[in-house]
Amino acid sequence: MSALKIKKGASSHSAYDLRTPFGDTVEQHTLAVVVENEPGVLARVIGLFSGRGYNIESLTVAEIDHTGHQSRITIVTSGTPQVIQQIKSQLGRIVTVHTVNDLTVEGPSVERELALFKVAGKGDHRVEALRLADIFRANVVDSTLNSFVFEITGTPEKIDAFADLMRPLGLEEVARTGVAALARGV
Amino acid sequence: MTKSMTGAKMVVQALVDQGVDVVFGYPGGAVLPIYDEIFQQNHIKHVLVRHEQGAVHAAEGYARSTGKVGVALVTSGPGATNAVTGLTDALMDSIPILVLTGQVPTFMIGSDAFQEADTVGITRPCTKHNWLVKETDKLSATMHEAFHVATSGRPGPVLIDIPKDVQFATGSYTPRQKMESHYHPQVKGDQDMITELARAMETAKRPIFYTGGGVINSGPAASQLLRELVAATGFPITSTLMGLGAYPASGENWLGMLGMHGLYEANMAMHDCDLMINIGARFDDRITGRIDAFSPKSKKAHIDIDVSSINKVIHVDMPILGDVAHVLEDLLKIWKAGGRKTDKDALGLWWSQINEWRKVDCLKFEQKGKVIKPQYALQRLEELTKKYDRYICTEVGQHQMWAAQYMGFEDPNRWMTSGGLGTMGYGFPASVGVQMAHPDALVINVAGEASWLMNMQELGTAMQYNLPVKQFILNNERLGMVRQWQELLHGERYSSSWSESLPDFVKLADAFGAKGILCSDPDTLDDAIMEMLTHDGPVLFDCLVEKHENCFPMIPSGKPHNEMLLGENADTANAIQSGGAVLV
Repeated sequence: MSALKIKKGASSHSAYDLRTPFGDTVEQHTLAVVVENEPGVLARVIGLFSGRGYNIESLTVAEIDHTGHQSRITIVTSGTPQVIQQIKSQLGRIVTVHTVNDLTVEGPSVERELALFKVAGKGDHRVEALRLADIFRANVVDSTLNSFVFEITGTPEKIDAFADLMRPLGLEEVARTGVAALARGV
Repeated sequence: MTKSMTGAKMVVQALVDQGVDVVFGYPGGAVLPIYDEIFQQNHIKHVLVRHEQGAVHAAEGYARSTGKVGVALVTSGPGATNAVTGLTDALMDSIPILVLTGQVPTFMIGSDAFQEADTVGITRPCTKHNWLVKETDKLSATMHEAFHVATSGRPGPVLIDIPKDVQFATGSYTPRQKMESHYHPQVKGDQDMITELARAMETAKRPIFYTGGGVINSGPAASQLLRELVAATGFPITSTLMGLGAYPASGENWLGMLGMHGLYEANMAMHDCDLMINIGARFDDRITGRIDAFSPKSKKAHIDIDVSSINKVIHVDMPILGDVAHVLEDLLKIWKAGGRKTDKDALGLWWSQINEWRKVDCLKFEQKGKVIKPQYALQRLEELTKKYDRYICTEVGQHQMWAAQYMGFEDPNRWMTSGGLGTMGYGFPASVGVQMAHPDALVINVAGEASWLMNMQELGTAMQYNLPVKQFILNNERLGMVRQWQELLHGERYSSSWSESLPDFVKLADAFGAKGILCSDPDTLDDAIMEMLTHDGPVLFDCLVEKHENCFPMIPSGKPHNEMLLGENADTANAIQSGGAVLV
């Protein structure tokens, strides 16, 4: 299981560097966990977080390789460096977990989230919502005479910003997917 | 060649292929097909316990005393939920066991059927891994993988939930050799880090080996290598409760157990050392005491097979991920190849300091008057049994700590105790499991009367299979450790910590057809113990001891190693302050 292999000469940018001095600052990390796609595997991962008192800011999961029975779980979590290290180690020793990668420290990565926003309004509010959606490159995927559903993709921060702007314009409902992330380059 | 057979037969076949000779279990509706197969063969012996918790602890005792996987077989619903304590116990102490549970047929799962429980859901956090097998074709491969997972890397309990229709249906059997698993934890340590440790050992002035259950779990070779390493370096060595026996208690470098009720010299040496070499231990809170004052002056190395144990509690300078035996072999090679030498002068000073601490004689007690001191009882038991081929189990509480302090363990796998979970009721069924594995050995369970009563029904099992387990009960008519904490922490208000309406243990033994012995006089203790040892069959030894004896030395909660309470005259009035009071 690769999660148990400490790379030789691991630097502070390695997920498995065990020698990071422990600080007290809470950091947010995005973890990519590739698991065996079998019943209960998500419960194992979530149970680890709830049972040991770790935070889950966001979690997405879907099958990524049908023939290889693999799913990818992307978890955004927060904690002190020691807690983050523990989370990675604990995830790594789950029998059905293949790999754990910390996208926050292992070099640059891209993070994207998809969200749907239902905004109801008339007159100026409706026009303003449409104008802002254009600025944010959000698409209109449903439209009635008094509502829109916008589809927006971006970093969580971008989606937060869009939500802040939509709120005074008649934001009715939000659905967010949580973060999907990949390391840049190869 | 794959053979076709029923799921129930596959279970038995896989157990035989894995070298299992005994299964501890209790039948019920959802496992009847497996019991039917067990009935029709002679390879595997089934031991009928009296409660499923007993089956799991017996499997643990079997596993700990042999190094092999212990197997328990229970039915669905209550059978499975009764196994939960044993599974958690095995998880905490890294004991390889396999629990097979029956389940309602697949088409009834989720319907709240009779004796249905979400067994894999309930046991997910208390197993290393578990499986619900819904297809007979996958059953045998899962069985083989379960043995692989239980014993690879950090050992632990695994569970397979088998619906009844899967047991009845026919499928193809996958032989053991065909088992595929992607689970292969790293066993070899990083050579550079091992070399760094060897270098640190050369210059260390006050080194100490701090060893744990990982040495035992790594196998007999690990204990042998540990002994060679201690001999090659001359360093002092201490061990956790779980690691007793890896280094012999008679060895000259032995400091005794460390921790909350560890020996003064062991804890003081841990506190003052400049190089701590943790081998297969996990900086448990019973060991560290106050974290920010734990061994403040030392460089720390940690050899562990579980990456999550490293830097979990204590930050270490030299983490070495790997199997103890593999790492010790490499360490010894590196040590010898380089012609490395320790700092003899510094080591001499260190030993003279340790010998000063030894003079405190922290385990001294006075046996006077007509009441047996529990320490005396164990000292006599040790003296009269140490020549035997002996296995010691314990329950949990004061008697457990006294057994660890006053009995000596010369070899690994001879000491079965519930360390991490602290399960009262562990010892008696564990002794049943040990005796099954070692029919001719002397198996003693050192118990308190309260712990022993928690699984006393297993006396029926011991009688049925003629297992001559010796139940050595230190009877103080109290929950001794609870009473001790109430004395130290709760103003001597002994809330529910004494046992009323205790049975007459001699009559109780008699009722089961076992032998009961009562002893309350220190002068007749030796004779009574000899009577226990010479009786061919289970014995219930009711040893009436001093009721208010406290277990010392003791590191009070929230205190560092060098602030131990010693003996009867310790100032216990304000030993535990509010910060420590919340700790358990």
